[in-house]
Amino acid sequence: MEYVVEMLNIRKEFGNFVANDNITLQLEKGEIHALLGENGAGKSTLMNVLFGLYQPEGGEIRVRGKKVDITNPNIANDLGIGMVHQHFMLVENFSVTENIILGTEPTKMGVTNKKDAAKKVQALSEQYGLNVDPYAIIEDISVGMQQRVEILKTLYRGAEILIFDEPTASLTPQEIIELIQIMKRLIAEGKSIILITHKLKEIMDVSDRVTVIRKGQGIGTVVTAETNPNELASLMVGRQVEFTTVKGPAFPKDEVLDIKNLVVEDYRGLAKVKNLNLNVRKGEIVGIAGIDGNGQTELLEAITGLRKVKSGTIFINEKDVTGSKPRKVTEAGVGHIPQDRHKHGLVLDFPIGHNIALQTYYKKPISKNGIIDYEKINEKAKQIIADFDVRTQGPQELARSLSGGNQQKAIIGREVDRDPDLLIAALPTRGLDVGAIEFIHSRLIEQRDNGKAVLLISFELDEVMNVSDRIAVIHDGEIVDIVTPESTTEQELGLLMAGHHVRDNKEGVKKEGEDQHVE
Amino acid sequence: MSNRVTNILVPLISVILGLIVGAIIMLVSGYNPISGYTALWNGIFGDLYTIGETLRQITPYLLAGLAVAFAFRAGLFNIGVEGQLIVGWFAAAYVGLAVELPKIIHLPLAILAAAAAGALWGFVPGLLKAKFQVHEVIVTIMMNYIALHVTNALIKTVSDGGDRTDKIFSSASLRSEFFQNLTEFSRLHYGILLALIMVAVMWIILEKTTLGYELKAVGFNHNASKYAGMNVNKNIILAMVISGAFAGLAGAMEALGTFEYVSSKGGFTGIGFDGIAVALLGMNTPLGVIFGATLFGSLKYGALNMPNAAGIPLEIVEIVIAVIIFFVASGYIIRLLLLRAANKKKEAK
Repeated sequence: MEYVVEMLNIRKEFGNFVANDNITLQLEKGEIHALLGENGAGKSTLMNVLFGLYQPEGGEIRVRGKKVDITNPNIANDLGIGMVHQHFMLVENFSVTENIILGTEPTKMGVTNKKDAAKKVQALSEQYGLNVDPYAIIEDISVGMQQRVEILKTLYRGAEILIFDEPTASLTPQEIIELIQIMKRLIAEGKSIILITHKLKEIMDVSDRVTVIRKGQGIGTVVTAETNPNELASLMVGRQVEFTTVKGPAFPKDEVLDIKNLVVEDYRGLAKVKNLNLNVRKGEIVGIAGIDGNGQTELLEAITGLRKVKSGTIFINEKDVTGSKPRKVTEAGVGHIPQDRHKHGLVLDFPIGHNIALQTYYKKPISKNGIIDYEKINEKAKQIIADFDVRTQGPQELARSLSGGNQQKAIIGREVDRDPDLLIAALPTRGLDVGAIEFIHSRLIEQRDNGKAVLLISFELDEVMNVSDRIAVIHDGEIVDIVTPESTTEQELGLLMAGHHVRDNKEGVKKEGEDQHVE
Repeated sequence: MSNRVTNILVPLISVILGLIVGAIIMLVSGYNPISGYTALWNGIFGDLYTIGETLRQITPYLLAGLAVAFAFRAGLFNIGVEGQLIVGWFAAAYVGLAVELPKIIHLPLAILAAAAAGALWGFVPGLLKAKFQVHEVIVTIMMNYIALHVTNALIKTVSDGGDRTDKIFSSASLRSEFFQNLTEFSRLHYGILLALIMVAVMWIILEKTTLGYELKAVGFNHNASKYAGMNVNKNIILAMVISGAFAGLAGAMEALGTFEYVSSKGGFTGIGFDGIAVALLGMNTPLGVIFGATLFGSLKYGALNMPNAAGIPLEIVEIVIAVIIFFVASGYIIRLLLLRAANKKKEAK
């Protein structure tokens, strides 16, 4: 078999830290080769070695059978290696063509010749079924389209080997399906693809073979058709992984959160939450299922005091917190794992220890009479780091340099450790690998079993189905139905989320459902 | 190469490179760089008097640097230190000459007046930023002009149409007989002690108080601070007020120590603007500001000796000084070059 790229026994060190240890990856011509590993396992490091951004300490790279020395990305480009980065490298207010030719602008008598370039872009776009308008401005097109521009950029520069770094992280389900079609088309046209991901479903759907790395070690390569998600997950994590979360029945008690006729507007004054009613009781997990943009963010921000309430009431533990400041809400017994951990959850340039104190820094024992005790912060941080298995060099490490999963564990540790009566978890597993997801789900259930209330917001149906005791379906700012995971299916939920009323007798079903949890 | 070696080597190489380029500039302009640098050296360390004067020059730079650095740590760019310094200068001088009180009351009162005036001048942009999201850079620049012309008008009023006020009462003066005797009657005054105390105050606020934790959090990430229940607006205003108070104190140094009066100005003093460079050279840390202020104060004062002692025109002198500071600030480039060289060596092995 002919290999287009061979990375043999690659070793990469950063100081005393070995990021890649003896990893071998062999890419056959015309295959989609998945590179699987947990967050922080060393996937990106390996690809940066291939792309010339890092120099390996050991091992060798062969391209089309010839040993090569890739000391910078230009050499990688010349060898026909192109990378589609996870975070797109595009100039927002340039056109598609301008972005593609950036750095290699063709000129005609000293003037940039955009017309010919645009024609070439158009031709490539048609050849691979990308459907990109060469004259569109980047900021006007969707994330999925922007990604295609990145793909075109590599093709325009003659890439034969494409590296996709977590390409589905920011795509909608529809866009993911389209991307998979594009990848298959690329293969049909003779390209070879390395796909970096930790999503098992995608690997099963699209790849031919999988190379697994775990904690910087090469574990081996398997043929996709001869494996299954369970095996891949245990290869990746190093132990058996439970996909369906195990949990006992819920024993709900008193109401903790009670929302009545809530109306919340966005910054334009349009109602995003419309007359919403919801309650969450001690000892249960209520999942809010819905498509992104149906008022979940506004609902959360209203509960936690980050956004003004137009009308309606929010009670926590029978205390009116409508329109209260965030700290008031927190002190009423609310823990909040925010939707966007970089924007709201962490001060990235603070050490992780400081971040763990973000909700308690002003209280005894950390602060007394306005004097803060960083020793106490570090003690607390060490305890939470240990309890929640946050992999870090210690409380002094900057939050920015932790992997996503460990950042999230630190946030969850911070919020759960305060033992709040109501824990709000918004997209708590976004972008995380199966091992971290399993850990976080079990923590949420543990809170429930300790008699706390949990409100889970998620865009992932299987997460809502697995973890929740009750599922409130939100559509266009309203709770359209409340169901239990046992009495519904993903299909039914999907329809409800899209605003369809499933059956004619839906009203009846809805009443029954409500009766069940009023008792 | 170990970290410690680079940390010593980088500033050293930066200064040497700056001196070399400065020498080239003097050479091509037809002046002798050796006598130029001798004059600079003597202008800084020549005798006890010049050492005293150098230290005096460093004092306002310390406080201006602290002012800029403090705002920076809370994520704010206070370009208004110049204006805050000017109103502080006037306020201190006015209190110093308007009443005569026992020194134990008069001097602190004059100092506090300067801090309060600077704080007020910082409060306005802080408030506008917090309440209406007006960018503090625009507001502080405009507040500089307002400060300049308002104080000029007030000086005219206070001095019956003159260009400078009377001398302040000695009960409000920072002048120190002890320092004067020590330094052959330079104008070195007690203000340097106050400035050093303020360095400690800034360090304590940032590293030891709950307020400091909040200010730094707000400086890095508004959204996360708000999520964590901090009052972001309060912190923005407070940061500008404290920063302005430091700047006002820098003005008090001039009013109560160096000059003992205030005169109307044709333009800005430049100390407030140089404070930006002082803060950045010191990486916005209290100890770093001491380093930055020492560099700025020494070079600025020592340079005054170059036209007299070496006959180099002031314009060339200013260019040379700017080049030296430029190279010190470019330490990053030197660090990069050193790193490259080290890597090359490693590869050759």
